[in-house]
Amino acid sequence: MFAFCVEPDLLPQWQWFACYLTSGTHLAFYWSFLVVMLLLVVVAPLALGMGMLGALAVRSRFFPLSWLGKGYVNVVRGVPDIVFFLFVPIALGQGIEYVLHQINCPDWDQPIRQGNDFIVCREARFPGVNASAWARNVYAFGMAAIAFALVFGAFVANTLHGAMQAVPRAQIETAEAYGMTRGQSFRRVVLPQMWVYAIPGLSNIWQILIKATPLLFLLGIQDAVFWARELGGAKTSLYTYPHPDWRVWYFLVLLVFYLFLTWISERAFGRLSDGLSRGQATAAGERQRRAAA
Amino acid sequence: MKKLVLTLAALAFSAGTVLAQDVVRMGTEGAYPPFNFINDNNELEGFEIDLGNAMCERAGLTCEWVINDWDTIIPNLVAGNYDTIMAGMSITEARAEVISFTQNYKYGDPSSFMALAGTDESVIESGVIAAQSNTVQAGLVAESDASLLEYPTPDETIAAVRGGEADAVLADRAFLAPFVEESGGELVFIGDQVTPGDGIGMGVRQSDNELRETFDAIIAEMKQDGSLNELLIQWFGEDTPTF
Repeated sequence: MFAFCVEPDLLPQWQWFACYLTSGTHLAFYWSFLVVMLLLVVVAPLALGMGMLGALAVRSRFFPLSWLGKGYVNVVRGVPDIVFFLFVPIALGQGIEYVLHQINCPDWDQPIRQGNDFIVCREARFPGVNASAWARNVYAFGMAAIAFALVFGAFVANTLHGAMQAVPRAQIETAEAYGMTRGQSFRRVVLPQMWVYAIPGLSNIWQILIKATPLLFLLGIQDAVFWARELGGAKTSLYTYPHPDWRVWYFLVLLVFYLFLTWISERAFGRLSDGLSRGQATAAGERQRRAAA
Repeated sequence: MKKLVLTLAALAFSAGTVLAQDVVRMGTEGAYPPFNFINDNNELEGFEIDLGNAMCERAGLTCEWVINDWDTIIPNLVAGNYDTIMAGMSITEARAEVISFTQNYKYGDPSSFMALAGTDESVIESGVIAAQSNTVQAGLVAESDASLLEYPTPDETIAAVRGGEADAVLADRAFLAPFVEESGGELVFIGDQVTPGDGIGMGVRQSDNELRETFDAIIAEMKQDGSLNELLIQWFGEDTPTF
């Protein structure tokens, strides 16, 4: 990074640290924080979408759809997260390759499963045999995002379903009295009012999602926790910057990072909750009315 | 998401048709110096990286390294995420049931116990011994009367000895040697060396005979012309057993 980093052994302490903290692995460490935040930004809307679909399915009066919704919500919530994080990318990855195999290689005569091995023809490999490292990273990241969205979508679905039920019955009765159909009253009355009931649950799920991001390493993505462990471990003179076990400092940095993220989110949710309570028939809404009056 | 997947598919396919020659993806752990490790420039380095690159060059293959966690390194090979494993992996019967191995490219590395100075040798029989999980060393400790304390990474086994959670660590001597040398007398080898397994080899899928034969022939060739020995001495010192 700096011009003076040629012979680190001879440097005074501050310069040694300047070089050490800007080494290639450290830059990757800093980058991994961005990857974690990018995952959060991508997963949040996906999980919210999955949750909304799940909640609507659970509410549906069409039996198979309602069963599907209930099955999704209960199965995913009932199985340890880590199992799903391992299962989804493998199952989805092999599923994609299986389908591509059926399409591209109809004349293939060997079995796909040979003992322990999962073998598809060359054209069915996904990402392709010669895909760039970049494409593979995007693929791994996409798989991780899907796995997170599936797992957290189930929790969101349950929260949103509860929030829909919490909208006072009198509101819906009034909508019906105006002659609105079930769909209209849902869109115009339930949907806008449910969020204030959903926010506490959603904020819980968001905090848990933040804390679940270290599971990324299970999916082959080098996240902040991986790098903290890798960089903090004692380094012998095989490395340019040998040092004793510094893991405690690296984990301290992680601790501050995650606390900062959750603190910021808590504030954001507080503001959101205030905004959504305005004019609502809830205790918070009532307090705002009194304060304004 | 769908769009992304489709774009990816298109990308992958176009890449697949342009190049006639397939990339061989080589899995490694990247956390086991001097066999394989990520250096301070965030590049892979080590004996196996040098050896792997030399082998690919001789075979005229384009190779690409992939870093994978040790605990899932065999399942991901079998699932086709990469095509070979070079990660200081000892050839054992249990592993040979799941994947196949080339001939060894390094003799069964002597393993040693390392402990804080002043630790009594009896801990080998009756103490708490740290080892990396899913290694031959962990298997050895599990079979002995000592208690086994497993850690997912090699780093953590060293930290456990320094921190007193374990009385000693059992690992490849080549991995432990720098720690002993640089500890200024704090860490020492205790007891006798043990030699588990039939040496270290490259793992490939059982269905991938062609690739195994290619690399097997090249290892034989490199043993004969002495280039393998040069690499062994470069990374493990003069005392290491050569072919």
